[in-house]
Amino acid sequence: MVIKIFKNFFKKIFNSLFRGKRHIKLGFYGPPNSGKTSLANRICKDFTGEEMGSVSKIPHETRNVQFKEKVDITYKEKTLTFKMVDTPGIATKIDYEDFLKFKMKKKEAKERAREATQGVIESIKWLDDMDVVVVVLDASENPYNQVNITIIGNLVARDIPVLIVANKIDLRKANIKKIEAAFPEYEVVGISAKFGKNMEEFYESIFKLAKQV
Amino acid sequence: MVKHRHLGKIRGFSLQFLPFNEIRSLNSSERIKKILDIILGNNILIIQGRLLPEEETRLIEDTMAMIKHVKSFRGIELAVISGDNKTNILQKARQNIANAISGADLGALTIIGPATVVKEIKKNPRKIELLLNK
Repeated sequence: MVIKIFKNFFKKIFNSLFRGKRHIKLGFYGPPNSGKTSLANRICKDFTGEEMGSVSKIPHETRNVQFKEKVDITYKEKTLTFKMVDTPGIATKIDYEDFLKFKMKKKEAKERAREATQGVIESIKWLDDMDVVVVVLDASENPYNQVNITIIGNLVARDIPVLIVANKIDLRKANIKKIEAAFPEYEVVGISAKFGKNMEEFYESIFKLAKQV
Repeated sequence: MVKHRHLGKIRGFSLQFLPFNEIRSLNSSERIKKILDIILGNNILIIQGRLLPEEETRLIEDTMAMIKHVKSFRGIELAVISGDNKTNILQKARQNIANAISGADLGALTIIGPATVVKEIKKNPRKIELLLNK
């Protein structure tokens, strides 16, 4: 406990000394198909004009950690520079047969499953390196999934500031209140990364989050 | 009135209970190994207490590594049921002290099953449902 307090104290001093010189590492975490890459793409498109990664309806489209080194996000005439880190979705099970439903060949499905398992391991390894994390959840899914709780629990244990994003609010089944009820101690922002809905509120929250670094 | 669902036939499955005393003295690696050994035996495991957040991620990492190496292993389904609804600071502090003395949150239960047996664990604040694979 005492070690943790000292560690955080020195981390804060170090960060304040070098704040102007380094980029804030912003990680996107969450279960598969929640829209992490869609959100990262939306931010990149808004501020750099380029996308970050490919998106698909098939789960585990992102199977490697992807970076965008220098993204200047501007909100109300203030600019912060982020290093964006888009991570593969974290899951407790991966069955290649699930990919066959998307008309994928068996060999391709098995390879995708193998890469996806490696992607989950890679995502978890990167947790320690993040300055702030956006946990992206699908607002139309049940938020009481243990993976969500595990990710948030680990961020809290590592003292990493967290923002929860309830994505896909454009869907009829979306229910932000359910996510707020599941995680009452955290700020939840409802957005649609696909349609760019409510992004201003999201950027405001990101700036608040960055202040905690 | 409680609605009764049609009770269809289900194939047998094995449920194993692991009291916290059996894993108290184990380090994280040993705990994860013990859990995965039980799961690989096609058992649904109920653990008294809950794992630390770091142990949960370690369990996921080791599960992913196992999927690559163990044929027909597809991963796990995991859920924690906790009576963690303490609202005020005093109650939370009391709970933390009790947890520190016992070495775990003994008011919680962790359910882990192999994904080939447990299709899904549906959880909400009021109930938990284990859906089995046919």
